[in-house]
Amino acid sequence: MAKIVAIVKMVPDLVEELEINEAGTGLDRDWLRLIINEFDNHAIEQAILLKERDAGEVTVIAPDAEGVEDMLFTTAAKGADRMIKLAGDLEEGANNHALARAFAEAAKPYQPDLILTGVQANDDLDGPVGPLVAEYLGMPYVGYISGVTIEGNKAIVRKEYPGGLIGEMEVTLPAVLGIQAGEEPPRYVAISKVRQMMKTAEIDEQEISELNPNGGVIAKRMYLPEAAKRAEMIEGDEEEIAAKLVAIFKKAGAL
Amino acid sequence: MNQDIYVIIEHLQGQVADISYITLAAARDLAQETGGKVLGVLLGQNAQELASTLAADSILYADHPALAEFTSDAYQKTVASLIGENEPRAVLFGNTSIGADVASVLSARLSLPLVSSCVKTSGGKLTSQICGGKIMAESELAETTTLITVIPGGYKPESGQSETAPEVILFDAPALDDLRVTLKGYIEPEAGDVDISKESILIAIGRGIQTEDNIELAEELAKFLGGTVCSSRPIVDQGWLPTSRLVGKSGQTVKPKLYLALGISGAPEHVEGMAESEVIVAVNMDPNAPIFDIATYGVEFDFFDLIDPLLEQVEEAKEG
Repeated sequence: MAKIVAIVKMVPDLVEELEINEAGTGLDRDWLRLIINEFDNHAIEQAILLKERDAGEVTVIAPDAEGVEDMLFTTAAKGADRMIKLAGDLEEGANNHALARAFAEAAKPYQPDLILTGVQANDDLDGPVGPLVAEYLGMPYVGYISGVTIEGNKAIVRKEYPGGLIGEMEVTLPAVLGIQAGEEPPRYVAISKVRQMMKTAEIDEQEISELNPNGGVIAKRMYLPEAAKRAEMIEGDEEEIAAKLVAIFKKAGAL
Repeated sequence: MNQDIYVIIEHLQGQVADISYITLAAARDLAQETGGKVLGVLLGQNAQELASTLAADSILYADHPALAEFTSDAYQKTVASLIGENEPRAVLFGNTSIGADVASVLSARLSLPLVSSCVKTSGGKLTSQICGGKIMAESELAETTTLITVIPGGYKPESGQSETAPEVILFDAPALDDLRVTLKGYIEPEAGDVDISKESILIAIGRGIQTEDNIELAEELAKFLGGTVCSSRPIVDQGWLPTSRLVGKSGQTVKPKLYLALGISGAPEHVEGMAESEVIVAVNMDPNAPIFDIATYGVEFDFFDLIDPLLEQVEEAKEG
């Protein structure tokens, strides 16, 4: 029976406008709307798929953030057995080196066979979290994974390369895998099921002993990009825009 | 510590990856600040000839059966021992399926700082692009050997290519026994579907298309324009289109005459696969979408309000 840990974090929702803090060194977190890192969502799906296929238990670990409890109850509704929220001085966010140390410490007592996490997150500035966790726990790491099969004390994984090429790799367990895509798209769960979990399931809150950011870069300045060149914007109502696009398509040889 | 800049050269099935040429160009920019040399680090088996096109002052080459094809464990061990012995000023990797598996692990193993998603290294400033290209972050080389992963966008691959082969210096790989990761083999992409890298007109859809049913609208437009529908990552991950239609990192690189991007924000992972298209038309509701920074023409409009009149007029033009 495989013991699987999924490591998950909340990231800025890029659909919203992002702002820089007053110091000009980070995101303004007051107005930030957070969503689950989409690759972590795939990691959760892969963990649940493995549990359904081979039996096992899934523990999900996430640092505290706005919306994290809803997210954890959602994973419970999908089939996770245990949810852990890491609490600490996280208001200003923490870099991935600090988070990875905390994740490693929290995951260790469960003696996982497999740790799954998203291959990257949109706010990574000091590398993805997965390989750091792997090294802090002395486990091997392989990223860009889109398929996992457990065979005894090994995992057979599909690693993605450019152009659609797949490398089939054998990894000795316990190991950490950076998930690019689960074998199935993240499943949908009904809100009613999530609500039910809010009543019955419990989130285990654990205090992070120390947030140690060493190894992560410190940004001297953050800013919104100033485009060197910008598209020629086409204005008008839908009919006018359509007409202008037709002219562009003709010029480009598509009509 | 010396002032040299190392570049980990990526190769797959006997071919150097474009990102390595881009990374060599970034390394050259950085070396001009530090006053050191640019050294390519090539790991392989009988792969010395891959050094011949690399624009570097010299190439450090390790030959070992366990390095014949990339595996994270063997690469990590070899690069770790090289860094430990030589202490370069910086080590650059592609932020790819190969480089990202190595750089972060070495940051933790060797306690060295890591800067990821770096697009430019001019003037000693390391400029990273995060949040899907919506935020730029500036940092500097640390006091110790700094590890950097590079993404495309700041340098052209041609700037990292050379017609004169650099000098190759052999070095010994460390003991590579008891490897925990091994390659069983490669699985080639499924043939049979269209090869989007050869299509001259592409209609690309992204998250903004919202539901699977709406792909039909793009298909219809593609039919009138004589084009093919392709997509960014979320569409393929949802299983709405096959992987063969994926444009960008881990997908195809395309250079069509016309690239029509519908509801695609323009994250760097997508842009690296389509930035060289001749004419790029982007339709997106978000005025800050990075796709407008690389598009030829931009339309800040709701795709669903635009599609009906567009289909009508395109059909008319086609018949007329």
